[in-house]
Amino acid sequence: MTSIVFNRRNLLAAGGSVLASGLLLPARAQGVAPTQSMPGGANNYQKGAPIVNRIGKGGFVMSGTVRRAGDGAPLAGQRIQIWAHTIEGREEDERSHGATLTDKNGAFRLDMPQIIPIFGQPHGHLAYDSGEFKTVFLRPVMRSAKDTSLEAHFVLQPA
Amino acid sequence: MRRARVTLIWAALITAIGVPIALAAASPYLQWRDAVYIAAGFAGILALGLLLVQPLLIAGYLPRLLAYRARRVHHWIGGALVLALLVHVAGLWITSPPDMADALLFRSPTPFSPFGVVAMWGVFAVALLALFRRRLGPRTWRVAHLSLAVVIVACSVVHAVLIEGTMETMSKAALCALVVIAAGKVIFDVWARNKKPAR
Repeated sequence: MTSIVFNRRNLLAAGGSVLASGLLLPARAQGVAPTQSMPGGANNYQKGAPIVNRIGKGGFVMSGTVRRAGDGAPLAGQRIQIWAHTIEGREEDERSHGATLTDKNGAFRLDMPQIIPIFGQPHGHLAYDSGEFKTVFLRPVMRSAKDTSLEAHFVLQPA
Repeated sequence: MRRARVTLIWAALITAIGVPIALAAASPYLQWRDAVYIAAGFAGILALGLLLVQPLLIAGYLPRLLAYRARRVHHWIGGALVLALLVHVAGLWITSPPDMADALLFRSPTPFSPFGVVAMWGVFAVALLALFRRRLGPRTWRVAHLSLAVVIVACSVVHAVLIEGTMETMSKAALCALVVIAAGKVIFDVWARNKKPAR
């Protein structure tokens, strides 16, 4: 399994926001910091991708979790939209887009075609854009183009 | 003997540029890319190859080319370099406008993008200055061109090495190393020659 949760950017962002909230709001210093959108995360996003059992023929697993900022409670039934450049289509092709819902543990998992490098990096795109919480766009990068899975984790804050 | 040497030098140059292009042409990623994206990628690879030819031409390392002719070819290849970069950027723009816009605006998540953009502006700057080089005077022109050449070579190589794309890793590294060695030697020689006290 690949994990992109604790890459440097996330750590810096999380560390920075923990530091900022700790300094600015000492009363709320404890808790899980919200995930920030990644640069380029929203590229080729298409609003309202349908909920699907899998994208295309599958073969590659995109998984992750969705939690609430602050107490870190898992969020069930949250819609996560996923798209990427795969062996079956380009990022902007409608058939490359799909969505899935988190289970009662706040986990999601969607079968999709193998991601291949585009614009110099093998990466996927994920979006939380359903309104209840603030919109977040993620753009996790695979450690190796040969990986057959990728993870991305959301910590959402109220809109 | 001399003929063998001439053949060897040209064969080496063609190999240095041809092998990376041939290996990229065999990349499995190509089957999942459309024609415009493929053209954009190969324009970039070609541009990297041309960066190897430029210093060799101007230093007179390529046999059977008279000095004035080598200089003229250097100018034409400079023009071809501008053209290759325009195809590279335009093709990537057509492939994914938001990703290319991010790169050009220096807000891309990919670490190699700013290097590519800086190298591109470096090439455009040299081409623009070259049009006015007579007005600049030889010293200003030389300093400007050499400084920009350092930026172009360094940024292009970093750009290429960091990209995970159709180029095969070893042949890409070898071509990049040759570009750095060739450009480095020629730039250093020109700089050293002009450093000497009055002739």
